[in-house]
Amino acid sequence: MKHVVILGAGTAGTMMANHLHHQLKHPDWEITIIDEREEHHYQPGYLFLPFDIYAPEDIIKTIEEFIPKDVKLVKNKINRILPADNKIELTGGDEIAYDILIIATGAKIAPEETEGMQGAEWQKSVFDFYTFEGSLALRNKLRDWEGGKLVVHITEMPIKCPVAPLEFAFLADSFFKHKHMRDKVEITYVTPLSGAFTKPKATEALEHLLHEKGINIEPDFAIEKVDNERKEIVDYGGKIIPFDLLVTVPTNKGDELMERSGMGDDLNYVPTHKATLQSKDYTNIFVLGDASNIPASKAGSVAHFEAEILTDNILRFVHGEPLKEEFDGHANCFIETGNGKALLIDFNYTHEPVEGSFPFAGIGPLRLLKESRMNHMGKLAFRWIYWNVLLKGTHIPFVSATMSEKGKHYA
Amino acid sequence: MEKTIAGKNITVNEEGYLTDFSQWDEQVGEALAAEANIPLSARHWEIVKYLQNEHKNQVALSIRRIGKSGVTDIKEFYQLFPNAPLKTATKIAGIPKPASCI
Repeated sequence: MKHVVILGAGTAGTMMANHLHHQLKHPDWEITIIDEREEHHYQPGYLFLPFDIYAPEDIIKTIEEFIPKDVKLVKNKINRILPADNKIELTGGDEIAYDILIIATGAKIAPEETEGMQGAEWQKSVFDFYTFEGSLALRNKLRDWEGGKLVVHITEMPIKCPVAPLEFAFLADSFFKHKHMRDKVEITYVTPLSGAFTKPKATEALEHLLHEKGINIEPDFAIEKVDNERKEIVDYGGKIIPFDLLVTVPTNKGDELMERSGMGDDLNYVPTHKATLQSKDYTNIFVLGDASNIPASKAGSVAHFEAEILTDNILRFVHGEPLKEEFDGHANCFIETGNGKALLIDFNYTHEPVEGSFPFAGIGPLRLLKESRMNHMGKLAFRWIYWNVLLKGTHIPFVSATMSEKGKHYA
Repeated sequence: MEKTIAGKNITVNEEGYLTDFSQWDEQVGEALAAEANIPLSARHWEIVKYLQNEHKNQVALSIRRIGKSGVTDIKEFYQLFPNAPLKTATKIAGIPKPASCI
């Protein structure tokens, strides 16, 4: 019997387990998925939790309920990958041998990378919303915050869901308006990028929205430290931005497992071929989701598109056929803009987000790069789709794994 | 588009970055630095040469990586090339503006 081992039962790993168990069956194949955690979190929900839009129970389920019965779930911490021996070493010393390894260990925040970030003000006036604990602590803070300078900040790229901090700023604007205290809050968006986003057309649209909502933008800010006493963030060039409430996205890194295994780059991401999703160093190792170093967004939609393509490539690998260089970096993201509206962007490695209609060219019903209520309904519906369709590896009708250029207005 | 830099016709993109490194020489580097109001010292040149070499080896450039390069630290990098040092330094070096990812 041959053995596929999946590391990580988050969005990407769970989808792969659901795809592969239909294809690689007993008695020829066994599939194991390893994750030390008990809970599966709907991570996009961390954005809504601080504003009391979602409650904790909306975004937490068990890992177990999404893993197919014929896939073995091992709840254990992984000590090391031994790629030369095709083995996984668990904490405690047990070893698991594999024929094919799928790495889906994701990315997480590393606030310790920035001086002072986890200082005296951490979770008092300095918060993250990329963890459940951070997001919940921020909710409690916002419930009775009386206003002042709110600074929404990105430490460095790449980060998971690069639009989330913008959405946070938009939702904060909307939140304080509804609480009739918008005039008591000054919102500043601080980014290491030269503008609101990484791609020109989307940057233009998003900066227009920031302006419309009275949100200041401070681009090209490379943070050196958080000064907890003076309540300021300071950049390497000497720029200083004071805050009463700092909501930061710390440096994101891949899992420390990669460092222990000598398999990651300087941010613990695994070097991966961007079109086949095969590891650059080992032919029987594949990487998907946030764990890889490919130049695509770190987002659930990307993992979803990757999972469809990777499933085909793993079957080709099993049959000794050449892999298809098919993954195009396709990402599809709703951007909440507050007041019950949202934008939608759809893009890939080579095509930046532009205006148009989605998924049906000329019809929609969703509008690309334009605010609409329908887009917002799409974002809210997405939580149901995530739990009931996406994790189960079911294909989403009319949305292909590779990006379609139809219905998009390229200049 | 074409631009005259240090008396030569040089091809640049809309942001002023050279699109063909073979057109770069030290005079072009000096002229681009002057446009950015940066007089180039020996330290500047060490960093410019380091960036060119990294680019040649297809290493993706980032502020973090430069901080750990051993050639300079982030503080000095900002002192030498104020405001947006990586963007300024790569322009002077005649190499593409680093893609800051997605």
